[in-house]
Amino acid sequence: MSEPIETHAVDVLVIGAGGAGLRAAIAAHDAGARVGLVCKSLLGKAHTVMAEGGMAAALGHVAPDDSWQVHFRDTMVGGKLLNNPRMAELHAKEAPERVRELESWGAVFDRTTDGRILQRPFGGHSHPRLAHVGDRTGLEMIRTLQDRAVSLGIDVFMECTVTRLISGAHGICGAYGYWRTTGRPVVFSAKAVVLATGGIGRAYSVTSNSWEYSGDGHALAYDAGAELIDMEFVQFHPTGMVWPPGVRGLLVTEAVRGEGGILRNRDGRRFMWDYLPEDRRGEYAATDEEAERWVRAASRSQPTDARRPPELSTRDNVSRAIYQEVRDGRGSPHGGVFLDISYLPADHVRQKLPSMYDQFKELADVDITKGPMEVGPTTHYVMGGIRVDAETGATTVAGLFAAGECAGGMHGGNRLGGNSLSDLLVFGARTGAGAAAHAAGFPGTPYLDPVQLRVAERELGEPLERLDGEDAYAIQRDLQETMQTLVGIYRTEADLTEAIARLADLRARWLAVRAPNGRAYNPGWNLVFDMRNLITVSEAISRSARQRQESRGAHSRVDYPDLDDRAWGGVNSVVHRASDGTMEVGTSPLVSMREELRALLGGAH
Amino acid sequence: MTGPRQPGEAGRAVTVVEPTEVTAASGPATAGQVIEAAVPAEAAGATATLRVFRGEAGQDTRFEDFAVPVQEGMVVLDALHWIQGNAAPDLAVRWNCKAAKCGSCSAEVNGHPRLTCKTRLSDLDLAEPITVEPMRSFPHIRDLVTDVSWNYAVNRTIQPFTPPADLPQSEWRWQQADIDRLQEFRKCIECFLCQDVCHVLRSHETERPFMGPRYLVRTAGLEMHPIDQADRRPYLKELGNIGYCNITKCCTEVCPEHIAITDNAIIPLKERVADRYYDPLRWAWRVLRGRLPELPVGRELPVFPGGQPPAASADPQADGSEAAGTSPPERRDEPS
Ligand SMILES: Cc1cc2nc3c(=O)[nH]c(=O)nc-3n(C[C@H](O)[C@H](O)[C@H](O)COP(=O)(O)OP(=O)(O)OC[C@H]3O[C@@H](n4cnc5c(N)ncnc54)[C@H](O)[C@@H]3O)c2cc1C
Ligand code: SF4
Ligand code: SF4
Ligand code: FES
Repeated sequence: MSEPIETHAVDVLVIGAGGAGLRAAIAAHDAGARVGLVCKSLLGKAHTVMAEGGMAAALGHVAPDDSWQVHFRDTMVGGKLLNNPRMAELHAKEAPERVRELESWGAVFDRTTDGRILQRPFGGHSHPRLAHVGDRTGLEMIRTLQDRAVSLGIDVFMECTVTRLISGAHGICGAYGYWRTTGRPVVFSAKAVVLATGGIGRAYSVTSNSWEYSGDGHALAYDAGAELIDMEFVQFHPTGMVWPPGVRGLLVTEAVRGEGGILRNRDGRRFMWDYLPEDRRGEYAATDEEAERWVRAASRSQPTDARRPPELSTRDNVSRAIYQEVRDGRGSPHGGVFLDISYLPADHVRQKLPSMYDQFKELADVDITKGPMEVGPTTHYVMGGIRVDAETGATTVAGLFAAGECAGGMHGGNRLGGNSLSDLLVFGARTGAGAAAHAAGFPGTPYLDPVQLRVAERELGEPLERLDGEDAYAIQRDLQETMQTLVGIYRTEADLTEAIARLADLRARWLAVRAPNGRAYNPGWNLVFDMRNLITVSEAISRSARQRQESRGAHSRVDYPDLDDRAWGGVNSVVHRASDGTMEVGTSPLVSMREELRALLGGAH
Repeated sequence: MTGPRQPGEAGRAVTVVEPTEVTAASGPATAGQVIEAAVPAEAAGATATLRVFRGEAGQDTRFEDFAVPVQEGMVVLDALHWIQGNAAPDLAVRWNCKAAKCGSCSAEVNGHPRLTCKTRLSDLDLAEPITVEPMRSFPHIRDLVTDVSWNYAVNRTIQPFTPPADLPQSEWRWQQADIDRLQEFRKCIECFLCQDVCHVLRSHETERPFMGPRYLVRTAGLEMHPIDQADRRPYLKELGNIGYCNITKCCTEVCPEHIAITDNAIIPLKERVADRYYDPLRWAWRVLRGRLPELPVGRELPVFPGGQPPAASADPQADGSEAAGTSPPERRDEPS
């Protein structure tokens, strides 16, 4: 390569401009660091923009007896006690402050009758807890953070994809990537790098996630030697659209159930009554009548002694229930079940769920105020991720930090709805500060190793130069097929072994992939690097899933259908790259829990 | 980055891509040549022809036709994805959510500015080719992708939310009714379709830059916030040049979020600008809190880099290409 590569020097490089990345960038900036913020799409288009239902924080505006202690307990119970307890604690304690801060930066939340931030109920949360803006909370959040970051003068590099991290004597000290518009390479030198790249949903064919969710951060960290934990825990959201085919997987927000949506099978049976876990049945309404009283009270944000409807069970449980109803032949015409909110006044539904109303009206010709929706499980979120330190977001590699969906630990075996947006704020802020502190202590200036740059450059060029070979879309189709059928909601040893073999095959095919027609805004070429990451991440998911011989949270093994606390309680799966380049999977004990926190869990542990 | 695109002068070669049962991957699309795509045999049912604007800025641009198998409920973006996956892996398209939530997939479909993820094939006449072109007001990059960075530059010139310094957030109270209007403005997904159709921006004939409807909406959202303290009227008048808007409502018509851009945002802002003391309540509030509005030192708006007003529509048959089909329909240039 003859021309010099475009290079930018920053103190903290934040990769990802969703909620976590933006919040981290703001925190690092506030700590005095010079910050660069990179994202694959245009600014403001990250996944966070799609979040609908709300962000969980124990503000106590609707339920005065809510507290961080209850939020902590709900999070741990929902996560099947596999969460990093310190993260769950910090999250529960700091979320209210972070939400208020968002309001002080201009976010305009829905209001209670006494003029404060309104909170709505969600699955697995003991109290109405989600601060929200109709069903477009993520848009409000990303716009607020984006405007804040821009007004602070943070440098944003948009439509720029990072393909490699650069390491040096003091750990990670830079990143290599390309501009999507031109395909030209760009290099960042940085004293600390924050990964905030979101999830992995594109490994599956039915998903609520966009093209961006190719597990880049997970794979970049893994390649750099960091550990990934809990990768077997992929959340299948119970309610995705199932019809028409083009929208299959598109999310139907849990807020529909939060507002009173009822799930029924083909025979009209409200089947969730049959799937409530025995030990938690007491938390749910006993009759249709009680559930309805709860809904009426909730719709007026009034306290009630009625207990919540069975549809608000945790996501893993509702997904399995729907899956079983469909499998046993009691599904709806297009392979889902019915979700009905049309028994509530049409105006109320339109006001509370405006974008769901539009989405069904415009994409499926269904008026949700008049009849039921058809829904089924869709790949939604990855609980597993890069292992981080709760206080600072530091990974196991010096100079490398992670926050948001790409970080692991916070949500354990199953994430509660609404806990992600608050996670982005709490740990985004902590990680930005942590990275800035690391950068401040960085000795001298980063040295960018030319050998690593050359390798990175070469791998970008190869697919363009190959004269024959298949395109990356073919590999994507086969990968998605593999993960969807073999590593889905229900798993078996044989399927997982088969998946691992097929992934090895796909990796071999990937090595010969071809992407003609130049670098400038060429999605076929961009996809090549996304696929490399997805193959890595899919292997991590499959290997972790095969290792965990029990069913817990979002991970359900047909061959090991029960929770096995003796063997697997308090044990995280850990994946890392062995010195010979192969993937190694093992376990490590959970971060220990302080007595005081353990006491909060009551009988739950 | 690149010069303005002039669709009217686009190269006119048309490539036809038809579904066949050939399973081998196809070669690169070369202009004027019929190429075969890998299509599953069962897809050979109803098809739609997509006539897609292709090419890189500054190079030969052209329309290419693709025959795409139609599925129930399919939207234009699905068809574009089908083309990427089966015929032209390098087709440049922006998208993220596929659910009208992110504002990435804006393009002009049969001449109408639309979100492609929200445009159903069943609402179009499939007997005719469906033309898909990039937003024409912004500099072209490749295929359906344009350079929208100017919008981000305008956004930076707007004074952000400015709450009172002496009223802590814990004391903020307001009713839902006070913010309904504001929340309408904040629904904006930044698809830039309104910027694309605004004739003030399109015609590019004004002496000074105009901020455009999207940023009038954002400013309205700030100005009407119950406790915002800033006064953006001088900015709107002097730098944003709100006066250039002559209320044609083309922006409102295309807004996929159904924001009443003109009636609810622009007209009230124009009234406020016309009479700085129009809003006696706000004024009283500021006087009470002892903070009279000061003239903010606004930053100059960047010059709009957009395209020239296009000449006639490109007609793919004009220079004897082998494509069957009619020319793209009339495009809505000027306010009607
Ligand atoms: C439809 C939907 C609804 C949801 N609703 C809710 C909800 O109501 N409540 C809730 O709490 N959670 C919800 N979630 C989950 C939540 O929205 C996400 O988990 C969260 O937004 C992830 O935020 P993030 O900051 O980690 O990543 P993202 O917002 O996804 O941002 C990732 C960023 O990283 C960038 N990036 C990725 N790879 C690279 C690379 N290689 N180089 C450069 N940049 C890169 C991307 O461009 C992007 O800017 C929902 C999710 C979906 C899909
Ligand atoms: S009303 Fe007409 S002139 Fe005014 S901003 Fe909208 S499109 Fe432009
Ligand atoms: S105001 Fe409407 S048309 Fe304009 S950018 Fe926003 S959503 Fe798009
Ligand atoms: S893809 Fe997000 S609006 Fe169309």
